[in-house]
Amino acid sequence: MKINYKSNVDLTIGAGGRAMNQLIHDLMLAEFDNDFLSQQSDQAILPAINGRLAFSTDSYVVSPLFFNGGNIGSLAINGTVNDLAVGGATPLYISTGFIIEEGFPLADLQAIVRSMAEAAKIAGVKIVTGDTKVVEKGKGDGIFINTSGIGVLENNWLATKPQPGDKIIINGSIGDHGMAILSKREGLNFVTDIISDCAALHQLIMHLQPYLQHIRVMRDPTRGGVSAVLNEWANFYGCSFNLQENQLLVNENVRSLCEILGLDPLHIANEGKVIMVVNPDHAETILSIMQQHPLGTNSRIIGEVSSLEQVIVSMQTSFGGLRRVDWLSGEQLPRIC
Amino acid sequence: MKYIDEFRNSKVAAKLVEKIKYLADNNRQYNLMEFCGGHTHAIHRYGINQILPGNIKLIHGPGCPVCVLPVPRIDQAIWLASQPNVILCTYADMLRVPGDKQNSLLKGKARGAQVQIVYAVTDALKLAQLNPDKTVVFFAIGFETTTPPTAHAILEANRLNLPNFKVFCNHVLTPVAMAAILDDNQVQIDGFIGPSHVSIIVGSDAYCKVAAKYHKPVVIAGFEPLDVLQSIEYLIGLVNRNEANVVNQYSRAVTNKGNIKAQQITAEVLEIRKQFSWRGLGSIPASGLQIREKYAVYDAEIFFDIPEFESDDVKSCECPQILRGIKEPHNCKLFAKVCTPENPMGACMVSSEGACAAAYQYKTGIN
Repeated sequence: MKINYKSNVDLTIGAGGRAMNQLIHDLMLAEFDNDFLSQQSDQAILPAINGRLAFSTDSYVVSPLFFNGGNIGSLAINGTVNDLAVGGATPLYISTGFIIEEGFPLADLQAIVRSMAEAAKIAGVKIVTGDTKVVEKGKGDGIFINTSGIGVLENNWLATKPQPGDKIIINGSIGDHGMAILSKREGLNFVTDIISDCAALHQLIMHLQPYLQHIRVMRDPTRGGVSAVLNEWANFYGCSFNLQENQLLVNENVRSLCEILGLDPLHIANEGKVIMVVNPDHAETILSIMQQHPLGTNSRIIGEVSSLEQVIVSMQTSFGGLRRVDWLSGEQLPRIC
Repeated sequence: MKYIDEFRNSKVAAKLVEKIKYLADNNRQYNLMEFCGGHTHAIHRYGINQILPGNIKLIHGPGCPVCVLPVPRIDQAIWLASQPNVILCTYADMLRVPGDKQNSLLKGKARGAQVQIVYAVTDALKLAQLNPDKTVVFFAIGFETTTPPTAHAILEANRLNLPNFKVFCNHVLTPVAMAAILDDNQVQIDGFIGPSHVSIIVGSDAYCKVAAKYHKPVVIAGFEPLDVLQSIEYLIGLVNRNEANVVNQYSRAVTNKGNIKAQQITAEVLEIRKQFSWRGLGSIPASGLQIREKYAVYDAEIFFDIPEFESDDVKSCECPQILRGIKEPHNCKLFAKVCTPENPMGACMVSSEGACAAAYQYKTGIN
């Protein structure tokens, strides 16, 4: 019997019996399709890997589950791929754990699994092991996904302390993902065409392989946005960053919604951006190489490391003033007047 | 972005600053209060106070609706949210405002209180429609800007016959608060940068009385940085000439009479409260609004037997002085040490429009 995708996930699917086996077989195995997974063991036995390993995990609880530019599935793959990539690693293997709420539409699960498979294919990673649990209605929020990933460092790259004069580069516009999500969030219902930037970044980063040694540090500015990454670095390395507001690229639709809600694009999450601190002597070269890659056409230098004496992130505003760029405090919430 | 970038043009700003420098008398100090938190935010975000001459001091006023709500009202809101079968709807800014002993709606929510963040009062109304078996309480706060929507929601609830919709009304009045600040002898203010959005509703004439009575000029200003600079230019001129006029810089949005329709809706549903307690300013007669008897069925204060709380601010918190412009955030012992946006001790640190939060967010570490 085939799975009826017009029905909903029920507790029998999570019970470990035939229904669960059929779902895993007909949906997950068929879509994720690879030799490791098809062994159907409790673990994936992977071949020996040459080089240092990068290992990362992340849980995805995004709401709404579907948004312009992706869904929780593609996000769960790209997010973990990016966490590996910004460590200089080539992502190889992914594990995935689903926690599904009773009553979740099977059609949505199918769509999510398919987009995970597609994202994995584009990123060149294999989903080699997984787990599915179903919880009673009211004990989850539709679906949560955890992914872990293993990558290999085929180089000697190691993050090093930023130095005064180093340039800050980002591969394009900021705030797209967070605002795409926010605009679809229940209760806001804005009609916008903001598309999430959700994408796997390692191919862009590997494109820079010959220049990796000139990159001091890299990070994907997700939750908390660019300001969170720079503040973390400033505190960890003991240095100051100064941004140039007029060099930041914020798409018009993102900026409009930020203006309406009183939000700062520097605090908004991205899912397809890498921010890096690079040796100033090679900044222009790195920039031009990035701009040749489809994910880096809008790359730009947005600021520099200003000193090692102070720990602060500041910004030269387009208006002519200088202001601090603080961490986001609490959830970034709309102002009321 | 159209109609935004024009008002943030740095070249025009430089010209305005030149004009202000030319006008300002070097032999005196100008104490100008921006009443609204929106202006406070803009001043810090764009670094306006850094580019002004040193003898122009901007005093951050109490125009942040979140900041002026007294602790007992927060405690009452937490109490309401904790009642069985109640959903308390609130604007997001209220969630972290500290009540008694650092309690907050957010902490109440974590303990199981039904707190729902809404972007507009209409969302609360929808919730009341969807949950006829629950009592949906809207935590109404704010100045004249957020008042008409609350009043309109009550009219809508009446039209749709939704007796399960209630309003916990905390709306307050701007011109009365301005007068209360000026009544305080400690406060030295030469003129006001007047509210933007509030003035769209009340109109510029609403400030004539207070301007005349206390002989202080008011320049109604837009929220964009060039609006603020131009208003300062106007104010310096008015102060120099000793004129206590109300001038409307924000003429692209504000009229003399304001939004008559909104005023009518408000007057239909709400009436002046005898007394309302303000954080920082104390109890001020006729400074708040309450629901008229005609619409009492929607009044949470009548429907529930809400207990009175005696709670007060953290003792060493200088919010009361800061809200009146007597002290600045960095004069407070708690500022940026124990009091941060993550752990606000006083209300000025909670909303991004609060004087302390704006100073913390945009200024700390910047010389």
